[in-house]
Amino acid sequence: MSSELTNVFAAKMLPQRELFSPGHRACQGCAPALVMRYMLKALGPDTIICNSTGCMEIISSSYPESAWGVPWIHVAFENSAAVASGVEAGLKALMRKGKIPQRRITVLAQAGDGGSLDIGLQAISGALERGHDMIYLCYDNEAYMNTGIQRSSGTPFGASTTTSPAGARSFGQSTWKKSLAEIAVAHHIPYVATASVSYPFDFMEKLKKADAVRGPALVHVFAPCPTGWRCPSELAIRLGRLAVQTAAFPLYEVVNGKYRITQNVPHLKPLRVYLESQGRFRHLTDDLIDELQQGLRERYAALVAKAEASQE
Amino acid sequence: MGTRIGKEVSIGIAEAAMMADVDVVSAYPITPQTHVVEHLSELVADGHLDAEFVPVESEHTAMSTCCGSVAAGARTFTATSSQGLALMHEILFIASGMRLPIVMAVANRSLSAPISIWNDHGDVMAERDTGWLQVFVENGQDAYDHILWAFRVAEDHGVLLPIMVNFDGFIVSHVVESLEEWSPEEVRRFLPPYDPPYRLDVDNPWTFGPVGIPDIYLETRKAHDEALLGAKATMVKAWSELADVVGRQYYPVEQYKADDADIVFLSMGGISETCMTAVDELREAGKKVGLVRLRLWRPFPFDEVKAALGGRKVIIAIDRALSTGGPGGPVASEVKAALYGLETRPQVIEFIAGLGGRDVTVGDFKQMYEKGAAVAAGGPVPGYELLGVRA
Ligand SMILES: Cc1ncc(C[n+]2csc(CCOP(=O)(O)OP(=O)(O)O)c2C)c(N)n1
Ligand code: SF4
Ligand SMILES: [Mg+2]
Repeated sequence: MSSELTNVFAAKMLPQRELFSPGHRACQGCAPALVMRYMLKALGPDTIICNSTGCMEIISSSYPESAWGVPWIHVAFENSAAVASGVEAGLKALMRKGKIPQRRITVLAQAGDGGSLDIGLQAISGALERGHDMIYLCYDNEAYMNTGIQRSSGTPFGASTTTSPAGARSFGQSTWKKSLAEIAVAHHIPYVATASVSYPFDFMEKLKKADAVRGPALVHVFAPCPTGWRCPSELAIRLGRLAVQTAAFPLYEVVNGKYRITQNVPHLKPLRVYLESQGRFRHLTDDLIDELQQGLRERYAALVAKAEASQE
Repeated sequence: MGTRIGKEVSIGIAEAAMMADVDVVSAYPITPQTHVVEHLSELVADGHLDAEFVPVESEHTAMSTCCGSVAAGARTFTATSSQGLALMHEILFIASGMRLPIVMAVANRSLSAPISIWNDHGDVMAERDTGWLQVFVENGQDAYDHILWAFRVAEDHGVLLPIMVNFDGFIVSHVVESLEEWSPEEVRRFLPPYDPPYRLDVDNPWTFGPVGIPDIYLETRKAHDEALLGAKATMVKAWSELADVVGRQYYPVEQYKADDADIVFLSMGGISETCMTAVDELREAGKKVGLVRLRLWRPFPFDEVKAALGGRKVIIAIDRALSTGGPGGPVASEVKAALYGLETRPQVIEFIAGLGGRDVTVGDFKQMYEKGAAVAAGGPVPGYELLGVRA
């Protein structure tokens, strides 16, 4: 089916079945929990999830309850990519040796920004480099939320967190968001994409593409966290849109090294409209907002240049 | 019966894993484990073993990958040593807590600092409480047999626990020994295919590794402890099945010329072989001395230890690791704990021997014996001694 068709009819065509059940323990307005739901609508029941420690693990699996309608395994914080490597290798060997029937099963590893960009980066790099047929999904809520909103290397410049607090001598996070997608591209894998919970059909289509390739694929999906961002819970989806429209989180995909911007934003909105409803940015001065906006626009321009170069 | 040939012990261990028809091997190289995994990757490359060899980027990932593959239903093997085992530490608890029957060969080596590639038991003693089954072997035949036995035990539905087969780095791992390999028919009779009661199955989805709130955590620990203690019966049964198939009988605690001995050495691992030579020579000189070897370390064989050591005058306990700032050696501590409830307790003198690959000779055992004899004659019981340490 062509991608245009999916976009037009997607809402009606989505499976009714909820493989990520309601009744889990996520906060109101939690966008990462929506990511889980969309993820399984896109991938379907023949999927095995390897989950890192973090909000999505903790809210979904309090024994004896489980929100998961597919096989699911949580081992530790930093190693879901490694666990998925093992699941994939195990299934491959068992199928080749005729011990279980041949069948296409999707193996997906997932973690938050902390479990991906910081403590889990080595395991991801190893898994991508070894070429396992798996999807790695990072849901990015821009801090360690499970442990109380500490900074990660995915926290944006200027954001106040519990370990990058704004104060008399601090304007909050002083470093720039690490780019997981670029790191993945450097592994020369067939498919890399950024996505957003606020563009659900684009996200699901990207997951399907990630699933269709043989070999590793990585999807980095933006997912606002009202609790950690100190914003009203009903704004989560709007903030995801504004992040794209202000170039705070551009959406693109890299297929066999070729860049394509999947949500073009010819006229970027001023960054202020994205920042103003979020408590984590409340302390920022005009100068700092300008510095952040300029940095984001430079990065976006570089991305546009890469996409144009890919068309040549 | 299988064939008997001269073979490096590490190669034998790899070939035993091949005979077990492992599905996944995930490992990271570290001396002195390297020959085991190099040979396994060769066996895969040459088509002798149909398995996925996952050449991971760290031991943390090796153990994590093993968790994934065994949960997927694949028979899984790995091997490591020292720093590598230490790097796995976090995941070792999770593998056992999730009841994932991984078989791991550990070529025992000392821990840094200072960095040392040579043999002692410091690495595995730091992992004593990880909830794994743990056995020690003494020689190549022992090692080969115990790889097959380990799969038989770990994967038993009444057990479902990971297991470490400890073999001493270099002094066992790199030695060429006469080895009787099993025939495929013997393996088939002894080791059934891995048939996990739970696996990551899309037709029957299970949640593995959920959150344990205070209301349930305690019960899971109790269940784990019971599983570990209860595994001994299966281990003993599997040892007698092994004897039926290949004619070699192993026990949790084994004795050598100890029947009438007032003074016994107590040891674990490859050093026992040197000790046996010392016992032979001391016996020739008319001394009533023997050797008791611990093969099983976890679950700790309390009853067998009491039966083997109760009623002796003096036990010369030999440890290959030091609990720094603590009571001396872990083996001696646990043996003393096992004997504490006896009405007449033997005296225990402790030696920490061969740390970081320092040689332990027959002469050293004779000196230890003299110190034990002095205690048996009514002399004071000395504190633990680091054997051969220079002042
Ligand atoms: C080795 C280890 N270090 C630290 C922790 C504590 N910890 C658990 S989850 C977490 C943060 C998770 O952050 P992220 O991956 O961004 O996921 P989120 O909670 O934001 O969804 C931390 C620090 C841990 N469980 N394991
Ligand atoms: S803290 Fe944030 S990510 Fe975690 S459950 Fe709540 S809203 Fe979701
Ligand atoms: Mg996070």
